[in-house]
Amino acid sequence: MTFAISLLPGQQLAALNQAYRRAVARKRLRVTLGAAVFFAALVVASVGAEVNLRTLFTYFGHFVSYFDRILTLENGGRVWTDIGEWFWGWRKWSFYLGETILISYVGTLSGAVLGFALNFLAAENTSPAPWLRFVVKRFMEFCRTVPDIVFALIFVIAFGLGPMAGVLAITIHSVGALGKQYMEMVENIDMKPVEGVRSTGAGWISCMRFAVLPQVTAGFASYTLLRFEINVRGASVMGFVGAGGIGQELVVAIRKFYYSDVSAILLMIIVSVFVIDIGTGWIRGRLFGRDRRA
Amino acid sequence: MSKLPPPDSDGLRARYPTLFDRPASARLATPLMLLGAFGIFAFGLVHLGFSPARMLSGLHQLGWITMMMIPPDPGSSLPLYLRALGETLSIALLGTTLAAVFALPVSLLAAKNIVPTNFIRFPVRRFLDSIRGVDTLIWALVWINVVGLGPFAGVLAITVSDFGAFGKLFSEAIEGADQKQVEGIRASGGGPLHEIRFGLLPQVLPVIAGQVLYFIESNTRSATIIGIVGAGGIGLQLAEQIRVLEWQKVSFLILMILVAVAAIDWISGKLRFAIIGKRAVV
Repeated sequence: MTFAISLLPGQQLAALNQAYRRAVARKRLRVTLGAAVFFAALVVASVGAEVNLRTLFTYFGHFVSYFDRILTLENGGRVWTDIGEWFWGWRKWSFYLGETILISYVGTLSGAVLGFALNFLAAENTSPAPWLRFVVKRFMEFCRTVPDIVFALIFVIAFGLGPMAGVLAITIHSVGALGKQYMEMVENIDMKPVEGVRSTGAGWISCMRFAVLPQVTAGFASYTLLRFEINVRGASVMGFVGAGGIGQELVVAIRKFYYSDVSAILLMIIVSVFVIDIGTGWIRGRLFGRDRRA
Repeated sequence: MSKLPPPDSDGLRARYPTLFDRPASARLATPLMLLGAFGIFAFGLVHLGFSPARMLSGLHQLGWITMMMIPPDPGSSLPLYLRALGETLSIALLGTTLAAVFALPVSLLAAKNIVPTNFIRFPVRRFLDSIRGVDTLIWALVWINVVGLGPFAGVLAITVSDFGAFGKLFSEAIEGADQKQVEGIRASGGGPLHEIRFGLLPQVLPVIAGQVLYFIESNTRSATIIGIVGAGGIGLQLAEQIRVLEWQKVSFLILMILVAVAAIDWISGKLRFAIIGKRAVV
């Protein structure tokens, strides 16, 4: 079976073809130019970062064999052949792991409380005064742009070595990050309940409590749980600068080449991050589920 | 004016028993949860060594440090700091690009619409998850052991840790792609590779480009901190100056980081919108 496809007259076709080619050529030129600029930036960057491919190729074997070494016990056997020997320090490590989780819990909770107090001042639709909104927003921006470990470095000097510095660093970072997420959520609420409450003569605080809060509680809880999970990861390295938690043990193990300890501690961190990931996911599902039923 | 009839409490009570006589478990759940949360919080404060005296003396110290930070002043090492900042930006750019290049093929393996069998997808996903479970700083320490101190270790650390994140994000972008175009390619006689190249990639590349740009931005932040363990960049200078208590230089370095991050934010925001339009990058 054959079909006759009707073609446009040659002249019209040529014009269309030309227009198409021109459009494609312009797009290709733009992509090529963008790629060229990007590659130039990459080359400059690799000079700046002292990239040395020969070093990489020479030592890449070391990277692979590093994992071989951290999975080998001192007596030469594989780690999983003697779990007791592999996790010889599990009491100590579980203690520090618990401390890590406690650091992120306390830090997240106090950050959440402060962020909660600040976000209503920063949200466009609830802020009492524009200048206050500006100040609070800049403050939160500062809190989340400076990395938490930099705060930890400074706090270690001010408050002394120990988990306290880690908690405060995580608190400050959480204020910035959670405050912003809370604020965006408050900016998206339905304003009708607020008007309703205000029309009964309520003050600002009552408006927030009875009109805004019921709309955002579940979302706030969800963001807080997510932040807790992120903070557990963050707290696991706070020990690198002396701010408490499992990081101290890990950095000692890595620097002193206690290979099997490295893998044991890393495994414990990964597993606990997994567990917390799944746990907070479950709680968030329950929270939103209950919300939908109500 | 007519008065409202007095509320018929007993009738209401009879009609809405669930509202008036909630079971004790439902009434007590919230206060108990709050009490539990607060209990753990209080235990944490005690266990982690918080005390009003320490807090006060710490705040005193902190106030003193803040006073010492003003005004920010680089001293004579401004060129050094600028070079360190360039190094940090290079680390972020290179690390992110390398991670994206390596992650793209792996993410295809983790996407449901490319590899239908759970057999390959599951281990690939768990592998990516475990990479993401380890912080960038830890990767930096490992790479320092392998290639020695310096920014190159930082590049590799960012590459590895972003590889995990990108693998997951890309595979989600691929799974979200429209299957109709892939079917169109198949209908016109294209093989599996053609399907990926002409059916999938045009859909997912803009999304991926947006994500890569976003990560370059957030990696500028990560790249500032990996210097703290010795992997080059401005973090190295910052950690050093904090340890020797040169507070004016510290505040100058922090300002430099803030300005650089804001600039990168702005540029990548512009680029992102140019590539994918006013669509949110998720």
